[in-house]
Order: sequence, then C-alpha cells, then structure tokens
Amino acid sequence: MAIKSSKDGRVVAGVLALQGDVVEHIAALRRAGAEAIAVKNRADLDRVDGLVIPGGESTTVMKLLARFEMGEPIVRRVRAGMPLWGTCMGMIVVAHDVVEMQQPTLDLIDISVRRNAFGRQNDSAEVDLPIPALGEAPFPAIFIRAPWIERAGADVQLLAERNGHGVMVRQGNVLGTSFHPELSADARVHAYFLEMVAEAREAHVGNDRNVA
Amino acid sequence: MADTTQTGTVTVKRGLAQMLKGGVIMDVVTPEQAVTAQEAGAVAVMALERIPADIRAMGGVARMSNLELVQSIMDAVTIPVMAKVRIGHFAEAQALQELGVDFIDESEVLTPADDKYHVNKHNFTTPFVCGARDLGEASRRVAEGAAMIRSKGEAGSGNIVEAVRHIRAIKDAIKELTVVPEEELVARARDLGAPLELVKEIAKNGKLPVVLFCAGGVSTPADAALMMQLGAEGIFVGSGIFKSNNPKAFAKAIVDATTHFDDPKVIVEASRSLGKEALAMEGIDLRKLSESEMLSPRGN
Repeated sequence: MAIKSSKDGRVVAGVLALQGDVVEHIAALRRAGAEAIAVKNRADLDRVDGLVIPGGESTTVMKLLARFEMGEPIVRRVRAGMPLWGTCMGMIVVAHDVVEMQQPTLDLIDISVRRNAFGRQNDSAEVDLPIPALGEAPFPAIFIRAPWIERAGADVQLLAERNGHGVMVRQGNVLGTSFHPELSADARVHAYFLEMVAEAREAHVGNDRNVA
Repeated sequence: MADTTQTGTVTVKRGLAQMLKGGVIMDVVTPEQAVTAQEAGAVAVMALERIPADIRAMGGVARMSNLELVQSIMDAVTIPVMAKVRIGHFAEAQALQELGVDFIDESEVLTPADDKYHVNKHNFTTPFVCGARDLGEASRRVAEGAAMIRSKGEAGSGNIVEAVRHIRAIKDAIKELTVVPEEELVARARDLGAPLELVKEIAKNGKLPVVLFCAGGVSTPADAALMMQLGAEGIFVGSGIFKSNNPKAFAKAIVDATTHFDDPKVIVEASRSLGKEALAMEGIDLRKLSESEMLSPRGN
C-alpha cells in the first residue's frame, strides 16, 4: 500500500541520522526544494521517498546500522527501487567492498572503494571538479579524508573523476560521491538526487514502504 | 586545465569536525586501546601518553606525547587521530602537523607553555580543537583559527558538573546574543573579548560557526545523553572509558547513548549492557580541589 508522504505532494528526502553531518544535508535538501527529515529509526525510514547517507565515519556507522538493525530495512527499500545517495562515508557504506580492508558494507552499488585514498586530513581539499552531467560550470567539490572508486562494475556510470580516479558514480537508483556537496552553496548535486527521487516516485517504484 | 586544489582551507578544516558530529572521541594511550575504541564505534581517538586522570595524579609538567607513540596509534586505526599540544606551544603543533595527525587539540590538560597567548591556528593546515568555559573563550579561540570547540569541563575528574556548567554557559550566551538589539553588539563583543564580525555572525545564526563538542567529566552513558540533550554536538571521553572496570563495554555503551541521546529506552539498554559488576571511574568532588588543582581555568 502506498502512503502519501507529503501533504503537498513534495517528495520527502531522509538523511540517515546515526552520526555525521546530518543537518547540513537536511538544509541543502530543503534549499533544493524538498521536504527533508532525519532518519533515526525504521518508522522514519518508512516516511521517506529517498535516503541520503551523509559524511561521517564509516566504521562507526556500519556498527550502528548493525546494532540498531537499520541496515537490512535500508537494503530492502533500495532493492525495491528507493533512491539512495551516499556522500563520502555514505558511499563507503553502500559500496560492494572496501579495498585492503575487512570492513562490512551494505553492497548496494557495484564499486570497490579505497578509504582515505587522497591522504589524511592535511590532504583534504577544495577542488573545482568538472561534472558533465551537471552542466558546464565545474562543481566546487570538498574532499575530506575522501575515498576514491578503485573499481566500478560494467553497469556503473562514472560521473566525475579526480586525478584519474572515480569520485562520483551512479548505478540505477544509487548515487555515490567521494566529496561533500552539502558543505558547498552549490545545490546541483542535491537537485540531481531529488530528480532521481521524483522519477522513482512517479514510476511508483519504492513506494511500497510496507516492505520495510 | 589549471589545478585548482586548495588544502588547509577554513571549509575543509571545519568540515572534518562536521563529519565527527554525533560521535564519541576517545582518549587512548596505546595502539591496542585505539583499536578497542574503533571497535566500539569511536569516530576518532585522542592519542596521549597519559590520560587526564593520571596526569592529575602524577603531577609534574605534562607535554605533547611521544611522537613514536602517536605514530603507532595512527598506524593502528583508520579513524582520525588527534593529539594534544600545550597552550601556546606552536612548535609542538608544527611537529604534530608534520607527523600528519588529523586534528590538534590545544589543551588545558597539558601544562601551558604560554600564559598569555594561544597558537595562531590560521597558520596551520591541520585543524585545531580548543576548550572553552564560556562564549568569550569559545569566540576568541575561533578568532584565532580553531576549527572546533569543546566545552572544557574538568578533565580527569569523573565529575560532570563543570561540563554542564560550561556547555550551559556557552549555549545560554549564544541564545541571549540572538535577541539583544543590534546596537548592543559592539559592547557585547567588547565584553566577550571577541571580534565584532564573529559576534554578529553568532548572533545572526544562533550558533558558533564551528562544531561544539563537550569534554571533561563524561563517565557513563547517561552523562553522554545529558550533554547531548544540553546541546553538545558530540562527546570527548577521556578517562571515563579506560579508567572504568570494563573499557570495551563502557566505550560501546557511551557510543550508543550518544547516538540515541533522546531515547531513554536506548540509555537503559546501554546502561544495562554494562552488567552488574560495572564500575565507572572513581570521581572527584571538585569542591575539594584547590584553584591550582583545577585544569579548566588554564588558557582563558
């Protein structure tokens, strides 16, 4: 049974709120025109049309997803079509695997990521990043102890590269960025994700919230 | 295309602190403790030779930790590693930056090196966190370039009362700034000893421009939940974990309570997970300490 998620028909985007820069994403999603809520438990998850996993510490959040039994419901919703976007930590959490590490992941996108690939904090940087899918102007990308994509499956679309390594990818309803659009004033990546959410809702995919 | 890469910007320095929000940063003195902290779900560790409770007990001059030890902790975990320098000791800070730690804590827990001035933190690529007892201290540290503030509390005391006093002082003063008439802000900036532009920014946004954590006295899951509900954006636990009788259990329980600080059910589960034999660190009645034994007044 489909539940109307918002009185005025706007899409409701959720931000996983176990740890990380949650309020920054909520503010950016609202600036881009969506209703946005923090997702702390399954009831919150049932309310949203799309989910962002924010920046934070991936080892911490994987443990919290397991302890509070949130991993499986997220996987079920995403496999049923709900759009998901992982930024930095979020992309690590949804990757197929983390290279050279025994770190568990949710395996929702066919990529292998390397953690802290650009270096430690002293190598964290702001970069003007060309992202053709978002238009001609480069995107002000903020990388913080960022991962890169070491391997991507054949179905994975590479949307941006830095120093020859993938830093933005999409496979169907799952989007990943190594960088943090929520820390910049440029709302284009948030708008891009909200378009994915609107399309998915239009197609009535992922609307069956009761599967969670 | 020209390389536009910029490191050490205000945005990436404050940004790392933003990524730590909602998390627990744990003091550790060995690589093994660092792994225990990471396994429990810590978002970062503070690499130290001695935890504050032992610094307090042993006395003497407390300095930046042995760099071999800091490096061995950096090698042991994948989460960010912080380390402390003495207040005003910019050469210790240069060494830690060169070593490559992720965050530098200019800390009152160590013996101050400069009784007048803090480090000019704008000169560094590595971000700094500093302690504060009130909004004046917090804004002066931000003006000096701190990318993160932690309320000081009283480190190594196992007593939450100072932490509560400091976070309330900071939050209340911010709230007050948001409602005072604009013409009062110049005088407020004078009273706070902080730049007017920063005071205007705080008044307009109703928050500091950097992340605010809490430190100094958290010893139980309920302590962590209390501080989060009072407005801390995350928790530093110093002696509270490795001075308890079951560090693994305390570390995990404090992480859980920080995540779900507003859900008493989780606080009950986290507290009960410690078991019947659980003993939090022994605390100190701060009224029995003399002024010279208090750490928080250092570096104002």
